[in-house]
Amino acid sequence: MTMVEAMPALAAAAQPSAGVGGSGIGFEDVSVAYGGLVVLDALTLAIKPGEIVALIGPSGSGKTTALRAVAGFVRPTRGRITIGDRDVTDIAPYARDIGMVVQNYALFPHMRAEDNVAFGLRARRAAEDVIRERVPECLRLVGMAAYAKRYPRELSGGQQQRVAIARALAIRPQVLLLDEPLSALDAQIRRSMLDELAKLHRDLPSLTVLYVTHDQTEALTLADHIGIMRDGRLVAYGDAQSLYRDPPNRFSAEFLGRANILPATSLQSGADGLARVRFGDGVLSGRNHHGLPEGGDCLVCVRPHDLRLEKGEASANSLSGVVRSVQWQGDLHSIALDVQGHLLRLASTPLADPPAPGATLTLHFDPTKVTFLPGDAPNG
Amino acid sequence: MAEAQTAGMQVAELAIARRVPAAPRLGGSFVAAPLALLLMTFFYPLALILRQALGGDEEPWSLRHFAEVVGSRLFLDGLYHTIVIALSATAGCLVLGFCLSLIIAFIPFPGAKLLSRLIDTFIALPTFLVALAFTFIYGSAGLLNQSLMQLLHLDLPPIDFLYSQWGVILSEITVYTPFVMRPLLASFSLIEPAQIEVASSLGARPLRIVRQIILPAALPALVAGGSLCLLLTVNEFGIVLFIGAKDVITLPLLVYGKAIQEFDYTTACVIAVVNIALSLGLYGLYRLAVAYFGGRRAGLV
Repeated sequence: MTMVEAMPALAAAAQPSAGVGGSGIGFEDVSVAYGGLVVLDALTLAIKPGEIVALIGPSGSGKTTALRAVAGFVRPTRGRITIGDRDVTDIAPYARDIGMVVQNYALFPHMRAEDNVAFGLRARRAAEDVIRERVPECLRLVGMAAYAKRYPRELSGGQQQRVAIARALAIRPQVLLLDEPLSALDAQIRRSMLDELAKLHRDLPSLTVLYVTHDQTEALTLADHIGIMRDGRLVAYGDAQSLYRDPPNRFSAEFLGRANILPATSLQSGADGLARVRFGDGVLSGRNHHGLPEGGDCLVCVRPHDLRLEKGEASANSLSGVVRSVQWQGDLHSIALDVQGHLLRLASTPLADPPAPGATLTLHFDPTKVTFLPGDAPNG
Repeated sequence: MAEAQTAGMQVAELAIARRVPAAPRLGGSFVAAPLALLLMTFFYPLALILRQALGGDEEPWSLRHFAEVVGSRLFLDGLYHTIVIALSATAGCLVLGFCLSLIIAFIPFPGAKLLSRLIDTFIALPTFLVALAFTFIYGSAGLLNQSLMQLLHLDLPPIDFLYSQWGVILSEITVYTPFVMRPLLASFSLIEPAQIEVASSLGARPLRIVRQIILPAALPALVAGGSLCLLLTVNEFGIVLFIGAKDVITLPLLVYGKAIQEFDYTTACVIAVVNIALSLGLYGLYRLAVAYFGGRRAGLV
């Protein structure tokens, strides 16, 4: 059973993309290699028109290569890429009808903001009256109408990024490619730009967006679907919420949000729809969402904010642990506990009387918030 | 050539428009010695040339010799050739240097780095070497003419441009193109590849990208490199002399002829003064370009 077959969401995404139509993006078995080194390995993915899909993963995972393959800046060694119903694999970047925004904005420094925005229209030989109409419209869309006459050096990072987005949108592309567009901005402007991007997509619902980032918050905030990449392969794909709630493997669980992972044995299904596993001396209940085989080993995955110090429902799982550290992080307390030799993290709303290191606590968690994952494997 | 190399390095520095912090001020005693040396070795000989041009010790100073020399056919021919050769060679250097730099900087191919290092080496070679190499290739008995004569059974060499103004221009282009390429390559290395990619994704074809993205960014380097080329080609002596092109007399060659062959020092000094004035004028333009692109518009590139 391959990885794609093992995960329903990934298998659904891996359907041939011929049917995406409109402005969707299709990857069909796309591989990219540089001098024999495979950096993107057999990526198959169908992005529907109007969707925002985020590709996330650590550095070198192949996410930017996938985006650059859509843009036409890298040539796949295998497979094909489609935009709408058009095979663009062998089409030059300038003929692909895409808008692109990159991390460092890449505004043309000798052009004013309005000329930057008009660049794509002029390159496509748009009529002057179209340019005169669309440039202010796009600048208004990103809230930069008042800065049309400014040079890039006269704009802040956030303003430059808005101009870059307006420039990409001015040509009314079928597809917008965003390559870590907020990485160079500080945290406050990044949050504001995230809201702006979400609003932008509400205003332009037919625009398909491929968003590459290493920031899980950006992906969770914006994306309809998230793809998690590792070592050139797509190791998880699904809608943002279910991928967060039911990660298909350990790597996804730990990369998308924080996760506590515990090794368990002797998985058994119960009559109540939950499964039970042995962890140390005790038994833990949870969901066997991935249909793992009976009697086998698995991993228990529970998010830090799903662990509670107070006792909950009667069926709740309980674990005792010794407090190793307590960190106050403003809007939450993060407590690290040693549970039978494994480190667990609990995220709680700020506590009036936080426990001291060395104290023994009992943790409780709802079985419906626990997911059993397949054991460690090379690809997660 | 070493001076020219130093100047080339200055241009490369200019192209990246960096401002070097001023050196701490030295006391007057530290300045006096080098200033005296400069006066003795540079300004004093210049003053002697100027004095000789104005009449020397034997007659009252006047502009009579200037009027005679500047109005002569020989001088006007020399001035014409100097300007035409310098402008043509500079234009050629700019076009060739820009194209070669574009290829080296933006079209990946094995050996690109080695090639750019070789160009640096080229700057260190003496100028006459190229003229000598050209005689072996394009000369009457050169490789190309001999091969063509044998191949086409010709009695006379079919290629006969080397001993003309074109031969001088081609040699100067070959010698001075690296002086344009060095600042250009430095300037190209500062262009973000993402700008070119984004321009391409917006629908711009390669020619438009060169015209609207690369060229404006490289303009200061082009102006600086071009000005330097113009300055060097106006004063070029070795190549013109070595090629010995028929009827191609430039101002430096005229100075040489009058002073060394005819012992007419007054005329030689008049021409030298005009040549110096021309060079200083061009150098003034070069500094203006440096100030304009290196200062006020530095942020644009």
